[in-house]
Amino acid sequence: MTWSLRGKTAIVGAATAHLGEAPGYSHMEIAADAARAALADAGLSLKDVDGLFAVSMHSVFPALTCAEYLGIQPRFSEATIVGGSSAVIQMQTAALALENGLCDVALIVYGSNQRTASGKLHSPSGAENLPYEKPYGLRAPIAGYAMSAARHMYDYGTTREQLAEVAVAARMWAGMNEEAFHRDPLTADDVLGSRMVCDPLTVRDCCLVTDGGGAIVMTRADRAKDLRKAPIHLLGCAGGHTHRQYSMMPSLTTTAAVQSGREAFKMAGLSPADVDVVQVYDAFTINAVMLLEDLGFCAKGEGGAFVGDGRLRPGGALPFNTYGGGLSCTHPGMLGIFTTVEAVRQLRGECGERQVDGATIGLAHGNGGMFAHESTALLGTAAAL
Amino acid sequence: MPDAKPVPGGPDATYFAFLEAGDWRIQRCGSCDTHIFQPRVMCPSCGGEDFQWVAPSGKGIVHSTTVIRRRPESGGDYNVCLVDLDEGVRMMSRVEGMEPTEVAIGMAVAARLAEQDGQTVVVFDPAPTRAVGASA
Repeated sequence: MTWSLRGKTAIVGAATAHLGEAPGYSHMEIAADAARAALADAGLSLKDVDGLFAVSMHSVFPALTCAEYLGIQPRFSEATIVGGSSAVIQMQTAALALENGLCDVALIVYGSNQRTASGKLHSPSGAENLPYEKPYGLRAPIAGYAMSAARHMYDYGTTREQLAEVAVAARMWAGMNEEAFHRDPLTADDVLGSRMVCDPLTVRDCCLVTDGGGAIVMTRADRAKDLRKAPIHLLGCAGGHTHRQYSMMPSLTTTAAVQSGREAFKMAGLSPADVDVVQVYDAFTINAVMLLEDLGFCAKGEGGAFVGDGRLRPGGALPFNTYGGGLSCTHPGMLGIFTTVEAVRQLRGECGERQVDGATIGLAHGNGGMFAHESTALLGTAAAL
Repeated sequence: MPDAKPVPGGPDATYFAFLEAGDWRIQRCGSCDTHIFQPRVMCPSCGGEDFQWVAPSGKGIVHSTTVIRRRPESGGDYNVCLVDLDEGVRMMSRVEGMEPTEVAIGMAVAARLAEQDGQTVVVFDPAPTRAVGASA
């Protein structure tokens, strides 16, 4: 089959809103402000939006809630919830819908007030009955990631120090990002010596709990050329999932990112060596290790040594989570939209002090549940087409 | 052992009815002999729909483990782990009878039924080390 979504659509607007703390704002107000900013970024308005892609940690009917609030009646709506991975894989659906004329302007939007509303991860899935896991008090999601980390250490000799380096590098990038929640320096000793939450992960191996929203706007590539900013083309996008409950994960140390990465790179006609900036869903430090392996940046089992040598830091060999990631910038429950927004900003050259010079190809990766759903998008400037 | 379903309904209800009766059983596919956990209406391996409800040996190996850290006034730290049963299936549980920090990957464990909040749950105790583990 030769038909492909490569380059058929582009991101023409990208924005964040209310990152950090937004006391007194509802999740829908935060999402709507992100949508408004992304549309302004594109030079479009709500009247142009006829494709809506919404998910939420706060709503059972995210597309209905979001469209009602925005005052739009989209021709195409989609609200598949696969956890934090959702916004990235929604780009695939958006590209399909745009390419087939089911919509002309797609808005992907997310917002949460989980920090100021509850101070912890908010999830409607708490009401779900999981009788084979619930009696054991699994502290989701961290306990799942902790068991993957423990198994990775057992199988491959990965160390806590290597995991800590992921958090240290993220903080260095965050120091150059005015939007980042934590910008003060962080050392490996800080990470290792902070409060243990679920062994072997300390609180500094864990992402933040913040408020915040993000949104992107997509159109077909022909229309994208005439809009306000240089289009960032969707070159490849794919997903995959292996389980819902953590105890059903086939391998604790290998994720569906093997599939999502392989298929996304195939669609894009690219390989990991071609990628200039990598934005990977870092809910926990172990995510960076396992997902970089699964995406093909290093071999399985070598992720600890790969991230441990400083290459993720500013100036290192692999510009990684250049906004500070979920570990130091923001994490309002679902991070996928933010990996995408940062990839777009880097490819546009909008990142100021943290800009990676000459970046033309970026990777945005989403992760949902406890390593359950993985989604990979490859984005590129016109030069990458 | 008797193989009758103790209650009407689907495999989930059957599993928990056995468990509440103090009789831990899991499914084994009548077509391909694969053990199945969690319970299913059809075999994930072959699509078979005939099952026997069999008593697992109770022997297993800790596949991974963590300590959920909790303030002492909230009950203190506790273990959550995944155990690979000799029957080839994996389940979430905890190892009791030792400090949660001492539970280790690769440990041999043996199942026991325990009462918790008015329901019967499967937990594990440390078992004598075996030469061959099911931890694949």
